[in-house]
Amino acid sequence: MSPTITTSSEANGNVSAATARAAASAAASAEAAGPQPVTMAKALNTALTDAMSADSSVLVFGEDVGLLGGVFRITDGLTATFGEQRCFDTPLAESGIVGMAVGMAINGMRPVIEMQFDAFAYPAFEQIVSHVAKMHNRTKGAVKLPLVIRIPYGGGIGGVEHHCDSSESYYAHTAGLKVYTPATVADGYRMLREAIDSDDPVIFMEPKKMYWTKDQVDLGELRRHHAEGTTAGRTSEGRAAVARPGTDATLIAYGPSVPTALAAAEAAALEGRSLEVIDVRTIVPFDDETVCESVRKTGRAVVIAEAHGFASVSSEIVARVQERCFHYLAAPIRRVTGFDVPYPAPKLEKYYLPGVDRILDAVDDLQWEN
Amino acid sequence: MTISGDHTAPDTTSTESAGTALTDAVKKFGITVEDYMLPARHQIQMVDPDGRLIPEGEQGTQPGHEYPVPGDKELLAAYGQLVVGRRVNDQNSALVRQGRMAVYPSSHGQEACQVAAALCLSEGDWMFPTYRDAVAVMTRGVDPVQVMTIFRGDWHGGYDPLEYKVGIQCTPLTTQLLHAVGVAHAAKLRGEDTVVLAMCGDGATSEGDFHEALNFAAVFHLPVIFFVQNNKYAISVPLAHQSVAPSLAHKAVGYGMAGERVDGNDVVALLAVLDRAVKLAREGSGPLLVEANTYRMQAHTNADDDTRYRENSEVAEWRAKDPVNRMRTYLTDRGLLDDDGEARIRERAEAVAAQLREGLSEDVPVDPQELFRHVFARQTPQLTEEAALLADELARDAAATDSKEAGK
Repeated sequence: MSPTITTSSEANGNVSAATARAAASAAASAEAAGPQPVTMAKALNTALTDAMSADSSVLVFGEDVGLLGGVFRITDGLTATFGEQRCFDTPLAESGIVGMAVGMAINGMRPVIEMQFDAFAYPAFEQIVSHVAKMHNRTKGAVKLPLVIRIPYGGGIGGVEHHCDSSESYYAHTAGLKVYTPATVADGYRMLREAIDSDDPVIFMEPKKMYWTKDQVDLGELRRHHAEGTTAGRTSEGRAAVARPGTDATLIAYGPSVPTALAAAEAAALEGRSLEVIDVRTIVPFDDETVCESVRKTGRAVVIAEAHGFASVSSEIVARVQERCFHYLAAPIRRVTGFDVPYPAPKLEKYYLPGVDRILDAVDDLQWEN
Repeated sequence: MTISGDHTAPDTTSTESAGTALTDAVKKFGITVEDYMLPARHQIQMVDPDGRLIPEGEQGTQPGHEYPVPGDKELLAAYGQLVVGRRVNDQNSALVRQGRMAVYPSSHGQEACQVAAALCLSEGDWMFPTYRDAVAVMTRGVDPVQVMTIFRGDWHGGYDPLEYKVGIQCTPLTTQLLHAVGVAHAAKLRGEDTVVLAMCGDGATSEGDFHEALNFAAVFHLPVIFFVQNNKYAISVPLAHQSVAPSLAHKAVGYGMAGERVDGNDVVALLAVLDRAVKLAREGSGPLLVEANTYRMQAHTNADDDTRYRENSEVAEWRAKDPVNRMRTYLTDRGLLDDDGEARIRERAEAVAAQLREGLSEDVPVDPQELFRHVFARQTPQLTEEAALLADELARDAAATDSKEAGK
């Protein structure tokens, strides 16, 4: 029994004066100063470490997250640093993991739970849709559920069936859930810290093919910015980013499709076309303002997503932009998405996934002769 | 295995290994490993349907593990709540017939379970009820009108779960058992001695979350009491279609958990068993399962027709086992209850019924903007926009009505 675990000071239950504010973690002090090559996995791991150091009510649990550090190693070292009480393996049952997290959040904790793969989260769907999403509304805000459900998602890794789904549309369609998905290493850190701080439940979709992507990142600076941002009330929620400025057309993407969109913009530039890339960042809430501002400027748009196109986040984006920017459009908005088929076997996935060529073809179709 | 007074399940979360704990338990009870893993052969019954106290050796317990009869004060309090609970059940059914409540799943006939589930807990403990457990929630101390708000139709819940330490009255079956596990787990991590009572019915034991909740509670060695009210029907489907286990208490075996069967219409036995279960759980026994053998005397809800799936004779058979009459006879025979006492209790029950009639007949004004207010702790721009859309629509409607009035 750990006497250091106390009630979350932010959400339900009594504020505990004894809330432990641990000193900066060993990992942090061992960090090199200044920008370094950092993977998305490392950024997420650092975010978890820092959040657990800052607030003893933050708990991590799921399948294989303990000794193994998760099948993608995102929780590596957390059990060693914080003990088995705060980062632990559960029985192999996703509904159980989410349901227990709901109870823990009701009773003053901030659980950050891992669904091992996108398609393995489906047994938890009832808990997510019927309770995680609805508890705040049902109790008129009396019960807050400050929990984060981390889900590695998407394909492009040559994975077998049930390991490559893009399941974000199910969650985005459910009223009461926030849905975040980072596309850069820095956002991996920033957005996970903010998801853990949030008093609303957050489905945190991690683009698994980007876990080993490296960016030049200064983790110490990100940590300081997070502290300052929290004080100033600044968050990433509902704020899309202009990942690459441009003038001729807008590519709207999120998560694993952002690097693909950036590669397409790079290729288009060689052909003399300036494409702006918008990284949606938080699907719910959606940043209509930034997206529409870009489309009004360029007059043309392509939405890119790995998920099936039919009745999806990409269809929602097209609908929203069309409703708000119709008179600015020089051409119908195009989509480049996964086909409406079950996610294919590894040798077929290159035909399924939105790629640079397919995006450029869609851009070519945007009625440039007008 | 029965819930013996010195029961402790193996705690694999402690340094002690499961094997050692099992061996110790076997030594302690002087029984074989096979016996240890079997649930009680008989249900515990302490007062028979005619209100007579059953001799100690015939109450269904294993020798040496008898349950003491609860104290007079507790029994009288339980009887008072039984009478109030019955009155509330019948008042609510009447309010549904009058169209003042949308629906009410009555626990008529199950009041002993409802009352005991609430009375066995201390103030700091938690309860996770189902939609049929309104009387238990009320007995726990939640304002009756707030409890019934969920059935009145103006919001999906009427009380603050944190204030009363009572979960929402859960409709999706057994999903709340996992919330109970989480609440107990959080409390255990903080070193608090909270006990959590999680309620479900017989049909619900078929759900996956039932299995996951029992398993999680056992693996993490949590102080959760799973209280199964076996009322014989899941809407129309009888128990035989849910499970062919010898009893629902047998379900405990697979999780390494003790299980007990109790006469669910005998509030004396229910209190005795649940009081012991709460005490054991608080002292670190790990989770326990209690199956109450009871009967749903009325249809599932007013929308159900129970003559399609059960015989009147079966219902009549259970009417003879009524929990309220049984307790009245027992207390009267023991000299604990006289006409004055009975009158005072009836008066209290009538007062609660009047409170419900008044509270639920109120034409509660609804605020359309409440649709948007509580979805998130931090509102999204999309919902702000939608709220403005509805406000505008309503303002135009109101203006149109005003001009029509003015034109008359």
